[in-house]
Amino acid sequence: MQVVWDYRMLLLQGVWITIQVTVTATMLAIVLSLLAGLARQSNVWLLRTPATVYVELFRGTSLLAQLFWMFFVLPAFGVSMTPLLCGVLAIGLCNGAYGSEIVRGALRSVAREQREAAIALNFNRFQAFRIVVLPQAARIMTPLFGNLAIEVMKASSLVSLITLPDLTFQARNINLVHVVTAPVLIVVLLIYFAIALVISGGTRGVEHALAKGRDRLAA
Amino acid sequence: MTPIIKFEGVTKRFGQTVVLNNFDFIVAQGEKVVLIGPSGSGKSTLLRVLMTLERIDSGMVMVDGEALWFVRKGVDVEPVTESHLRHMRAKVGMVFQQFNLFPHMTALQNVASGPRYVMKKSKAEAEALAESLLRKVGLGDKLASYPARLSGGQQQRVAIARALALEPKVMLFDEVTSALDPELVGEVLDVMRALSSERALTMLIVTHQMGVARALADRVCFFEKGMMVEEGPPEQVIDDPVNPRTQSFLRAVKLT
Ligand SMILES: Nc1ncnc2c1ncn2[C@@H]1O[C@H](COP(=O)(O)OP(=O)(O)O)[C@@H](O)[C@H]1O
Ligand SMILES: [Mg+2]
Repeated sequence: MQVVWDYRMLLLQGVWITIQVTVTATMLAIVLSLLAGLARQSNVWLLRTPATVYVELFRGTSLLAQLFWMFFVLPAFGVSMTPLLCGVLAIGLCNGAYGSEIVRGALRSVAREQREAAIALNFNRFQAFRIVVLPQAARIMTPLFGNLAIEVMKASSLVSLITLPDLTFQARNINLVHVVTAPVLIVVLLIYFAIALVISGGTRGVEHALAKGRDRLAA
Repeated sequence: MTPIIKFEGVTKRFGQTVVLNNFDFIVAQGEKVVLIGPSGSGKSTLLRVLMTLERIDSGMVMVDGEALWFVRKGVDVEPVTESHLRHMRAKVGMVFQQFNLFPHMTALQNVASGPRYVMKKSKAEAEALAESLLRKVGLGDKLASYPARLSGGQQQRVAIARALALEPKVMLFDEVTSALDPELVGEVLDVMRALSSERALTMLIVTHQMGVARALADRVCFFEKGMMVEEGPPEQVIDDPVNPRTQSFLRAVKLT
């Protein structure tokens, strides 16, 4: 365990980067999921078509290839970004494409009768969405977005391949200069696992808050 | 008597199925009309057209002197705008067979939602109104309960209060006691009976339960295949129907 202690600062810096990438890419993915998921439901083709193209494009190609494209190819066209921005963008875009399906499914799962009740109460379209549909869909989306956040965390290790010193990057470096690496790699796995646990815990908290007293029996 | 609802030559199809066929129908202001008839005869569709949940294919529907789905402009008819539909929806409230309460809101929030978001009352005002309505339907002790924790009869009473909160001129009831256990029908019927004493309120009630029809109706209409076969006061249509089809329908209903 001495190795782990010797490299604690490097590992901590790596964890910090992993957390940064995970949190920002997850937020980006969720925002894109909502936008694309809504746009794909729209009956305005000017919204629907770009959203469909985005989803199919990013879902149908490899994340690593997207990452390399942004990092190595785009600069040739005069677009250069920091490794962190590249990582967040690629991971966020790719997972936003997956997430849009979560949003689409959740919106569809809200019963037609609920929308009809909103019309009968004379809500306008926006109110019907905000007051009736979205809160019910959010409850269905929450655990699925939790899974998405964990996927994002796992994918974040790819940023090590574009020079960003995240947890995986540091582990590999230590691996290169040191002989006894098993303890380091075990600690790295445990850290990833711990982050995943925090995400699941947070997700359950949100689920719980959204469920309110609805289908639990009186305390 | 001023008509508050008027169907003039209304046709409504679902694909090949003609649900309303050149249909005429007039309801006077304050009248309590009960619609009976076999399943699939178009009773729900009639109510849903009035609630603007279904469009008609041709004809005119007037509510409170204004056209619902199409506007006559000289000799032409024009489809109405969303804002006109919302203006018209304010006149009509609807209660559904399956209650359709919002599961993520308490009874109070369900009832307050209309006054709050549609009538733009303050939260306190909306909730005070909701509370008084819930008391009226006997649910003063269930304000903070979520629908999942209420019985069917209680949920349906919340749904009635929710529709009433918007002060509609016309209330539509689509088989509102059909999904309830028999012992819960009475509590909902009591609320509707109390409501029927409000002279200005027009009620259109679809039901399979002749007890409900007898308790509430000024007029009973027997409906079949999108046509009005027989209508009249409940004593006549239910107890002494003239038309053989009404007779056989009522025999079948009474057996159940
Ligand atoms: N959304 C729909 N799509 C297709 N057919 C429908 C739809 N709604 C109702 N129908 C058909 O219209 C007819 C009348 O239905 P409805 O008004 O629900 O009858 P009722 O309420 O008298 O039982 C039925 O044949 C039904 O199958
Ligand atoms: Mg029906």
